[in-house]
Formats: sequence, C-alpha cells, structure tokens
Amino acid sequence: MTEKQPVISIRNVTKRFGHMVAVDNVSLDIREGEFFVLLGPSGCGKTTLLRMIAGFELPSEGQILIGGQDMAGVPPNQRPINMVFQSYAVFPHMSVADNVAYGLKIAGVAKPEIRTRVDEALELVSLGGLGQRMPDQLSGGQRQRVALARGLVMRPKVLLLDEPLSALDAKLRAQMQFELAELQDNVGITFVTVTHDQDEALSMACRIAVMNKGDVAQLADPADLYEHPANRFVADFVGSVNIFEGKLTVDEPEQAVVDCPELGRVYLNHGVTGAHETTVWVAIRPEKITMLPAGKAKAKDSPDGHNVAHGQIKGMSYLGDITIYDVKLESGRSIRVSRPNLSRWDQEDFSWDDKVSLQWHPTSPVVLLS
Amino acid sequence: MQDWKRQKAAFASIAVSPVAWLIAFFVLPLAIVWLYSFGRNVGLTEIDISGTFSNYGRALEPLYLEIFGKSVAVAALTTLICLIVGFPIALAITFAQPKWRPWMLLAIMLPFWTNLLIRTYALITVLRTEGYVNKSLGWLWESASGLKVMVGMAPLSTWEPLPLLYNNFAVILGLVYVHLPFMVLPLYAALDRLDRSLIEASLDLGAGHFRTLTQIVAPLAAPGIISGVIITFVPALGAYLTPDLMGGPDSQMIANVIERQFKRANDWPFGAALSFLLMYATFILIALQALRNRKAEARS
Amino acid sequence: MNLFKRPAIAPLEYTRRLWMRAWIAATLFFLYAPLLVLVAFSFNDSKRNIVWRGFTFKYYGKVIENDGLMAALGNSLTIAALATVISIVLGTLAAVMLWRFRFPFKAAVEGTMALPIVVPEICMGVAMLVFFAKLDWPTDLPWPLNLSAITIAHITFCFPFVAMVVRARLAGFNKEQEEAAKDLGATEWQAFRDVLLPHMKPGIIAGALLAFTLSLDDFVITFFTSGPNTITFPVKVYSMVRFSVTPEVNAASAILIFLTILLTTVALKLQDFTKATA
Repeated sequence: MTEKQPVISIRNVTKRFGHMVAVDNVSLDIREGEFFVLLGPSGCGKTTLLRMIAGFELPSEGQILIGGQDMAGVPPNQRPINMVFQSYAVFPHMSVADNVAYGLKIAGVAKPEIRTRVDEALELVSLGGLGQRMPDQLSGGQRQRVALARGLVMRPKVLLLDEPLSALDAKLRAQMQFELAELQDNVGITFVTVTHDQDEALSMACRIAVMNKGDVAQLADPADLYEHPANRFVADFVGSVNIFEGKLTVDEPEQAVVDCPELGRVYLNHGVTGAHETTVWVAIRPEKITMLPAGKAKAKDSPDGHNVAHGQIKGMSYLGDITIYDVKLESGRSIRVSRPNLSRWDQEDFSWDDKVSLQWHPTSPVVLLS
Repeated sequence: MQDWKRQKAAFASIAVSPVAWLIAFFVLPLAIVWLYSFGRNVGLTEIDISGTFSNYGRALEPLYLEIFGKSVAVAALTTLICLIVGFPIALAITFAQPKWRPWMLLAIMLPFWTNLLIRTYALITVLRTEGYVNKSLGWLWESASGLKVMVGMAPLSTWEPLPLLYNNFAVILGLVYVHLPFMVLPLYAALDRLDRSLIEASLDLGAGHFRTLTQIVAPLAAPGIISGVIITFVPALGAYLTPDLMGGPDSQMIANVIERQFKRANDWPFGAALSFLLMYATFILIALQALRNRKAEARS
Repeated sequence: MNLFKRPAIAPLEYTRRLWMRAWIAATLFFLYAPLLVLVAFSFNDSKRNIVWRGFTFKYYGKVIENDGLMAALGNSLTIAALATVISIVLGTLAAVMLWRFRFPFKAAVEGTMALPIVVPEICMGVAMLVFFAKLDWPTDLPWPLNLSAITIAHITFCFPFVAMVVRARLAGFNKEQEEAAKDLGATEWQAFRDVLLPHMKPGIIAGALLAFTLSLDDFVITFFTSGPNTITFPVKVYSMVRFSVTPEVNAASAILIFLTILLTTVALKLQDFTKATA
C-alpha cells in the first residue's frame, strides 16, 4: 500500500471547556480517500474533535491542517469540508432541491450547473425525483440522504459525518452501513465519521481511531483492532471479551506463559516482551474458546495443563446464529463463551448446570500490558 | 379530556365560579360599554341607547382619524425599534453560556416587573431640561466650546437644552423603554427552539453570518418574530400613561382621547365607540396571530 | 502565549463578540440608568434633585409622614392581597375546567377567558367605570369594603393570568398518576387533593406572585375605578408626578422598586425551591 498524503493533519490538539479536558493532546493523520472512523463511548471527545475539524469549536492548543493548510482563523464557511449533522439539520423551510442547492448558490455556481449537480447528487443518494418534496414529507432515512447529498454536492475534500446512523432504526441502519461505504468508494471523497457503535465502525471503516477520555487509545484497521487490541479499553469496547489478570512467568521469543489465578496457566506461541513477573492481562474473545463436556478436553492441546479451564454452565442466551454461555470457573469467576449454532437440531447439547471444560489455541489469547 | 356530562356535579362545582365571575365582571361591563356606543347623552348623566351610529360616524372625522393614524404610526415605529434593539439581545441570550442565560433574562425582565408609572417617571427625571441627559450634553458642549477657545477659535454658541420631553420623540422613546421586554421574550423563545445545527449547517455550506441570519434564522424564527411584533404593538397602540406623561399637546394617542371622553368631556357614548374601535383593532391582530398559529400547528 | 490575547471566538459564540457586548451594555444602560438615577437621588439632600448634596434619609421620612401616601400604600397592599387570594381560587378552577373537561361552547369560554389579558387597559378601565356607575356601586362604605370595586376589577384581569400559568403547568401532568391514585383506592376528591393539587402547586405559586405584582402595579384600570377615598399607591404617585419631580416622589418610587425586587427575589427562590423538590 502506498502512503497517501494526509488530507487532514491533527497535531497535538487539546480542547478544554472550563476545567474539563475534552480532547487531550491528540495527533493523527487522515489519508486522502479513506473512510476514517472516530469510535468511542459518549463523552470521549470524538464529536468535539469532529467539530474542531469543521471549525465550530476552536482548539485550545494545537493545529489542524486540511490539505496542508493551517485552519487556525479559518471560519467554517471557508473550510474545504462539509458536514452531515447528527440531527441532519435539513432546512425545514426549503424543498429538498433547495436544500441541496443552498451551498452551490452561495458559492455563486451558475444556475444550469446547479440544476445538473443537484440532480446528480440526489440520484447518487437514490432520491431522484423527490427534489420538490418538503423535508417534513420525508422519512428519517430520506432526510439523512438529503443531508448527505447536500454535503456531497459541494465536492468537499472531506465529508464529516456526526453519528450519521444513530437516528435510524436497526434494520435501516444495517442497510445504510453498506450504502455509505459503497457511496464513499464511488465518490472517492474522504469520509470522517463519528460513532459510538462498534459494529458500524468495523463494517464501514478503512481505519478506526478508538478514543477514550479525550485520548486516542488505538488507531488501526478494523481487523487489527479486533484481533490485536492495544489495551484493555480497546479490547473491551470493540466486541465482547474475557479479561483475566495474571503474571508473566515465561517470556521467550517463541513462547510465553501467563499465570492467571482465576483462569489457570495460559500458554502463547509467541513472545510478549514484557518484564518478568510483571502484571499483564489476558484477553480471550468468547468465540475463540472451545467448550467440551467435562473431562473431554484433549490432552494433546493442553500440554502440562495449559490453556484449559473447568467450570459449570450458569447461564445461556440463545441468539439464533450463536448461543452465548456464561460459565462459572472453579475460581468463581465467570467467563463468556459463544458457539455457533451450526445445525438446526442439536442446539441443546449443553444445558444449565452442565459441567464443562474450556480449551483455547495458543494463538487465541492476547496479552495486554495496559 | 372528559365529557362534562359524565361528571356533571364535579364540572358544575369547578366551572360555576370562574365562568360566573367572567360574565358578571367582564362580559357584562363590556356589553354595557358596547350598548353605550350606540347611545347619546340626554341630560348630564342619562344615556339613551337609541341605536344610533353617530358616535362611530364622529370617530371617522378627520380629527380622530388623524389621531388613530398617528397612534398606529407611533405603535408601529415603537415595535420596529424594539425589534431592531431586541433581536441582537435575544440572539445574545440564546447563545450565551447556559449559566449566564437566566441572569440575562432576569436583567431584561426586572425593569418589566417594575411599576410602569415609575419607569415612566424615571425616564422623565433624566430627560427633562434639568435632567441628566441634557446636563451631560451641555457639559460636552461647553467642553467642546472651551477646546475651541483653547486652540484659538471662536467659542460655540451657548448651549440650548434639547427638548427631550413633551413631544413625539419622548413618547416613542418611552414606549420603547416600556415595551422592550415584550419583544425580547418571544424572540428568545423562538431562537432558543431553533436547532443550532441548522445554523451550523448553513455556515458549513459556505454562508456567512449575515446570510445565515436572513435565509435560515429569520424564516425559521418567523412565528416568534410575528408574535413579538403583535405582543409589542397591541399594548403600544393602547398606551395611555406614556403619551399622557411624556407627550406634548400634539402627541395624543387614542387612549388619551378615550380617557378625556370619560373623565373630562363627559361624552360617554363617543368614548365607548372609540374604545370599541380600539378593541376591534386589537382583536383583529390577535385573531390573525391565532389563525397563523393554528395553521402552523396543522402543518406540523 | 500572548498575555493579552483573548481566546479566539467560535462561530456560534455570538455573545462573546465585541459589538454584541456593546449592544447589550448599551441596552442595559438604557433600561437601568434612569431607575438607578431615580433611586440614587431619593437619597440626595437637595430639593433641586440634580446635583449631589450628600446622603440623607429625610425624604423617606417625609414619605412615611405623608398620611395620604401611606394610606394609599395600605390600600394597594390590601387590594393586592385580596385580589391574589381570590384570583388563585378562580384561576385554578378555570385552569382545571379547561384542562379536564369537554363541554359546549368551550372555545368561546376559552377565548373570553383570554380576553382580559389582551384587551387594552384603557378599554377595561372604561368598562369598569361604566359598570360600577351603572350599578350605582356604593362609594361610602367603611374601609376595606370601599375598596371592593377596585378589587373586583383587579381580580378580573388577574385570574386569567393565574389560569394561564396553572394550565401550562397542568399540560405537563401525567394523567396516569391520577389513575394510579384511583387504582389504589382514592376517591375523585382525594385524587385531586393528593395528586393533582401538589402537581399544580408551583404553577399556583407563580400565578399568585404574578397576580400580586399585576395588582400592585396597575394604574390605568385603577385610575378609572378609584374614588377620592380609595386612592392606591400608583394613583397617588401619578398625581404627585403630574405635579412635579421631587425627591419625595423619588423616595416613594424607590420604595415600590424595592418591593418589586423583593417580590422577584422571593419568586425566584420559591421557584428554585420547587424545582429542587419536584
């Protein structure tokens, strides 16, 4: 992959509201043409960061560059970016076409060109023919498309989207995730999206910056984020995970062992590069654990009793495609295990209070140093 | 909502006293005035309700038409000034930090809670010939004159206090002073309801602040602007105290003419007719406003 | 960092813009300067009232010694208190009636109820004058009965305001609360007393303060209903103001301003209180 020139450069940006630090010394680059997602829980500073890029909030410290140009002192109406607001902010007193044409009229684009560009933009978001409707005659999904078209028609360097799907119902949201990603691919404009929904982020993004308390906790592509979380916050926020505290007892280039009082000894087939006897955390995703009837654990997969644990099923929730089990380990801790329901008939091979053994592959656990 | 028939006793016990009061002490007095407006004076205190329209005819004489026209013009100018002064204030309150907002509203409202008469009197004390405005201007004038002498030029002519009271200017200033809060509150309510992201979206799409104000904020706040205009215009049109205390002989408004018919001229039928004309004007404005609101409600 | 540099102003921080602040400052100056001058010169030891000659309370003393003025103040407070109490009852009943029931001519009743709020004061004053004259309402009753005409007029324009405020409060009432009370065995009256009335309380308090202030402040309507023996404070001040600008009038006005500020403070405190307990 070739390194593209960053279209947005955020350099040591801090934003304070009174004594509260909303964004804490954040630096990151957003590359031209990518679908970039800022992911995090509410109050993590992601929306503030987006609004600073748009120019509605001003950084207390640091610089924001768009297309290599410092944006300090540049008001929002002169920035080469456009925004899709969480509430969509479709002007209620203007028709759909007038909404989309608003920015072009201000830019002084010639009337015939406005017409063709508005039609194109509406076609692009599948609203062709609805130009004369008023916003109150549209559904929520359609209004969002108007907001999208209104931004895209300006051909900005970057389109900012603030929680674009949060006001839609679940089914429409899933559909729009695909459409947005496809749209972004078609128009080639850089998208920067803010969301608190990890599914949304994983399915749409080229790269994701996970934010926590004003800080970027990790910046990576979706698969990396899920399989190689950098810390407990990311592991826990993105997807579902079991985390156990332990001590690093063996750490060699080709193998490592973590002693977890609540889980047992965890063996990994790669090194960790942490100091001996330091406290670390082991994270295992529920789907990466194999559940077997008690005593059926395969000895060859657990040399010296590594990577195996025993317990009793205390809870089950059947979700259709998978079933999630809550297993109480001998140590008293609970662990979450999920199993795909591969067959239509044998869903109930495990039940409440069954004694089970849990096993996992040496590549499955992730060791987290913080 | 319950049908009154299902709980007749409860309904009666609740409804009787307010409705009776309203009829006895509001509808009935107005009805008497209305009847008087079709009557004529016979003797000193007797009024004969003869069904004549002559009182209304008299109200259409040029003298009174002029006063009506003048009252409308004064009220309209007052409203316009209040709008121009009040809109930035409402905007400032809307976009102030939340902890400041109640205090700013209070600052605007507090004079409004103060007695109308006292506010008018306060304004008179600073505007009169020996008042502070004239004294300050006079001092500035003298200083300027002194400066000119110092640089060797002829001094300015002696200071003549400005006639700030007992004229139309004073009436309009007084009405603005008294009615400004009426305008600011509905404007603030309308602006506060406005979704901020609409303003941001407009800025984001390249519009400047002025353009955003005229194309986005003003149309969307229109209901609030109109109700502010009506809420200010109606009492300004019927103002009695301000023109009475601050106006000159030629700044009479309708209310002063009405008062004179009842207290000095003792021509009650004519006063009744004038007072109903003023009421009709008020009702028409309020009905228009109500109609607009209903339409807006039906649309949403 | 430059010590004198103000933090940059974000696009929607209109209130921080300099011209906006100047505008607000100028408006507040316009609103408050005359009142402040008035209060300040009520303490001025000078008959001429313009140059500061030292601090004095003597005009307040004169106001207190002025029997006519004090009687007028007493009248005003009595009328305001009576009008407030009756307005609360009528206004609350009216609010509940309009909120609760569907009945014939409801729109007409609702509209008529709103009229006293919008009718020009002068028209209302005239109507009251004509009405009491027509009835030959006795004017020589002993105090406080001689205030009845003014009190009735005040109630008529005060109780619709109370009804409006209480009704706005009722709009936020969750009817399921009342149904829950009845479900738990409360009678109609008990449900009203234990559920609806406590909910209305903040509205009733706000309405009461509004009514009290309106009554205390009213000049025009009172002007038409008062006789030589039933002068209220504003009517008395009016006759003094017409005569001339004197420190004594300033002192009398200042007393009313302080009263207003006191009432407003009480209102705000009460509202905070009800907010905290709601």
